[in-house]
Amino acid sequence: MKISKEKFGQSFDALAAEYQVIAPVSDAGSVSFKAVKKFSEVKQDYLNSKLPPKSFFFPQHEKLLSYKKEGKEVTVKNELKVEKTILFGIRPCDAKGFLLLDKVFKNDQYTDPYYFERRDNTIIVGVACNKIAPTCFCSSLGLSPASSVGSDIFLIDLGDSYQIEAISDNGKFLLGGFEGLEELSNEDQTLVDTIQSAETTSKVDVSTITAKLDKMFDSPYWDTLHEKCLSCNACSFSCPTCHCFDISEEVLKNEGSRVRTWDGCMAPLFTLHGSGHNPRDQKKSRWRQRMLHKFNYFVHNNGDIACVGCGRCIKNCPVNLDIRQAIDGVNKAELVVD
Amino acid sequence: MEQNPYIPITMKLIKNLCETEDKLVNTFTLEFLSKEDEENFKYMPGQFAELSAYGHGEAPFGIATSPTEPGIIKFSVAKVGCVSNALHLMEEGTMVGVRGPMGNYYPMETFKGKNLVIIGGGFAFTTLRSMAVYMLDEKHRADYGDITVIYGARNPGLLLYKEELAAWEANPNINLITTIDRPADGWNKHVGFIPTVVGEVAPSAVDTYAVVCGPPVMIKYTLPVLEKLGFTPEQIYTSLEMRMKCGLGICGRCNIGPKYVCKDGPVFSMAELKELPSEY
Repeated sequence: MKISKEKFGQSFDALAAEYQVIAPVSDAGSVSFKAVKKFSEVKQDYLNSKLPPKSFFFPQHEKLLSYKKEGKEVTVKNELKVEKTILFGIRPCDAKGFLLLDKVFKNDQYTDPYYFERRDNTIIVGVACNKIAPTCFCSSLGLSPASSVGSDIFLIDLGDSYQIEAISDNGKFLLGGFEGLEELSNEDQTLVDTIQSAETTSKVDVSTITAKLDKMFDSPYWDTLHEKCLSCNACSFSCPTCHCFDISEEVLKNEGSRVRTWDGCMAPLFTLHGSGHNPRDQKKSRWRQRMLHKFNYFVHNNGDIACVGCGRCIKNCPVNLDIRQAIDGVNKAELVVD
Repeated sequence: MEQNPYIPITMKLIKNLCETEDKLVNTFTLEFLSKEDEENFKYMPGQFAELSAYGHGEAPFGIATSPTEPGIIKFSVAKVGCVSNALHLMEEGTMVGVRGPMGNYYPMETFKGKNLVIIGGGFAFTTLRSMAVYMLDEKHRADYGDITVIYGARNPGLLLYKEELAAWEANPNINLITTIDRPADGWNKHVGFIPTVVGEVAPSAVDTYAVVCGPPVMIKYTLPVLEKLGFTPEQIYTSLEMRMKCGLGICGRCNIGPKYVCKDGPVFSMAELKELPSEY
């Protein structure tokens, strides 16, 4: 089905009265996801946002609880607050990223309520990428610039209109409220076919990387890979699948909150014990952790590679450390026989 | 909604006791405020909990009590950082937060019908104490064979649970060997490092499991001694420490290879550890 952007905008504006709608907007020279009230605020032609939209389920900074101390007594309050939300304009890589984060925040023993209360109250409206950045490599990770995996509703931008499809039951429910749906013309179908058959020009080979990494913990490959890394964590903060966090306290007099903030495995303090011992005190071991976690440990634990090929870590790295080259390097590394 | 695993229960610090003469290790006794809280806190020896000093933060510590000791839980904690310092300074009667119990535990079912050699060094004796007390309980003692405890510290003043150790020495149900690193006035028991003393005591590996906790260097030199005595990697267990935040296998920092120490550990057999990268 398709819908004109005019009609779509009317439904969008109506939904924005009922839901918190988060959409891509122009923001200081780049694109960010922010709350909007009108479709006219939405940035439509852009490659991808600077930071991934994971922050709407897993904020960069959030209160887990607050407390008040009075003498020896303490009162503790849960700070979990949730709004019904629509995430609009999500790229296929980021929609897949949510599916991977789902596997982290719910494991064999625990479910993270802060993540899932938001996740379960959110509808994802994905949009195909008509333009592909030179750093994009999602086609190598089982996706494509028009993959609807992880979206509830999926759109393809046809200029003055969208091709619109409901992917999930939640999507069907939301789409039921849209007016002005029509059939695609032959011309539209040709354009849809072109967009759907597009692939990223940049590619990596991950077909054997998990098995190879099983044997590479002690490889000399790690001795040099990390050398120019500044341990700044720009890669993990901008990654739609990185999920590591810190928990700390913010205190003022006798009141305070326990907050969780994004953290990352590139930081030397991340694994520092109270005793001073640090199992990953070297950049070498931290880069090895990054690669092994994404392409090996995550696969063993969750059956999928924890990279969606969005290319943000490549764009945001201040020293041009390119994960595609790191992947190629693993593929080419000679195995040390012991 | 199921219970929020980030929200601690409130417990009362009823005793804040200095354990060691260097004044660096205190034992905190915490009391459950309700029967319901206690019912929901079913644990086994080897598990840990996240202890909150409100205003300072939260940190993971092994539970030093055994589930056979009702009404309370205890933690013996070295003063090393922000949270442990705040706890050391905390007045009795203060309310603290506890999340848990977390992690796996010593395989008490597997140990049934076997002899146990418990080897501990320094203040890493807390969950070992829990296990020993659990096995000594009259409900469980018949389930296990000989219990040998080899426990060492740098000097006599650094041994934890001194009164309890004295009671164990008089108890025919447990064979306690204590050792200190160098001779000290008034000490008439073993002198020497744990690996040497384990070699001297030479527990038989037949139908026996060994559980080893202590500083990494102690574990490193004790393992070859146990191996020489005939212990296989499947017969040796240890409990690992890692920096942790969530304790739920989510925050991403306590992994060894694909395993999270908080959720898949902290108790591992040496056979399991051999399958993991040596990054701990």
